[in-house]
Amino acid sequence: MEAYLALAVKAIFVENLALSFFLGMCTFIAVSKKISTAIGLGVSVMVVQSITVPANNLILTYLLAPGALAWAGFSDVDLTFLGLISYIGVIAALVQILEMVLDKYFPPLYNALGVFLPLITVNCAILGGSLFMVERAYDFGESLTYGISSGFGWALAITAMAGVREKLKYSDIPDGLQGLGITFISAGLMAMAFMSFSGVKL
Amino acid sequence: MPHKRREMLTDPLVDNNPITLQVLGICSALAVTSSLQVAFVMTLAVTLVTGFSSMFISLIRNHIPSSIRIIVQMVIIASLVILVDQILKAYAFEISKTLSVFVGLIITNCIVMGRAEAFAMKNPPIDSFIDGVGNGLGYGVILMLVGFIRELFGSGSLFGITVLETVNNGGWYVPNGMLLLPPSAFFIIGLIIWAFRTWKPTQVEEREYKIQTVEAH
Repeated sequence: MEAYLALAVKAIFVENLALSFFLGMCTFIAVSKKISTAIGLGVSVMVVQSITVPANNLILTYLLAPGALAWAGFSDVDLTFLGLISYIGVIAALVQILEMVLDKYFPPLYNALGVFLPLITVNCAILGGSLFMVERAYDFGESLTYGISSGFGWALAITAMAGVREKLKYSDIPDGLQGLGITFISAGLMAMAFMSFSGVKL
Repeated sequence: MPHKRREMLTDPLVDNNPITLQVLGICSALAVTSSLQVAFVMTLAVTLVTGFSSMFISLIRNHIPSSIRIIVQMVIIASLVILVDQILKAYAFEISKTLSVFVGLIITNCIVMGRAEAFAMKNPPIDSFIDGVGNGLGYGVILMLVGFIRELFGSGSLFGITVLETVNNGGWYVPNGMLLLPPSAFFIIGLIIWAFRTWKPTQVEEREYKIQTVEAH
């Protein structure tokens, strides 16, 4: 249990996907104007992340890894080169399902997220999460923990960013820096602040 | 209409740049720009993938049911990226090793997907190809600019060739180590956006709240 807790804390703070690895930056910058939409997007990323990472883990263990097809009689087949396309396939399918569910049951959230919902598919944080899972050879329990907590870390980062931006819009910023420019610079400052977690060992 | 097509190619370079205006494809812009050579290869790869994926998606756009369009687009993009990955491994192994995950992450580069969704689904193949290449180049312009600044001032070289002799090698230039860390890319892109918008004031975003001067009583 303790190992899972340590993994969760590490995934949320020390190795925050958005601010330490800069994954999912497009949506991070574009949808952080209001706290309410940021929370909505953060929650959907968390949901997608906590389903896709364990799902991809199962696919890797039982279909793609060297010797994984032994149960079907092909004990010397190695399909790891198909990894990228299968992970992204799983992610795309899940996002499409999420889009349909939101459209039917939560129309306000669906309208608020707009074009950015399909873009969750191309949110590097999601694919990055799965690739990290593969690289670090997590087992099923660990990948479930990692999926939930890394999604939560991303949601936390975008909500914090939205909080900063809501205050920022009252300030007197030079014309050319208005909007996107100042957002980049404040994201840079946040990233530098998160670098201070990088020495933490658990 | 050759004139219109030329506009489609040059428009994303400055006037409608994917990074500074459409806010697409930022992840890799932050991560692969610490050296100019890597940034150049990345630009080439992204331009090719964007161009060809837009063209292929546009070719079959009338046969894709809209409810599964994302999966179809992803399959086309992922196949092209695997192709690029294999070519890089065969002919430029060193660079492919430095890029590592980021070749795979071209799949999730929002520019590719964004152009497929916004342009290729509604326009004929050749126009889509030109639009894709234009946007890839627009991305490249920013990438090369950031890479230039970071490599020149961070390690004193360009394309791996020493320009400013650093103190460690007995020269005079003290390299700015912060420029090699990822957060510096945020600042540089922020400043580039500032420069672009000072040059083209139409891109300036409207203020939500204006500061009014009130006369003292």
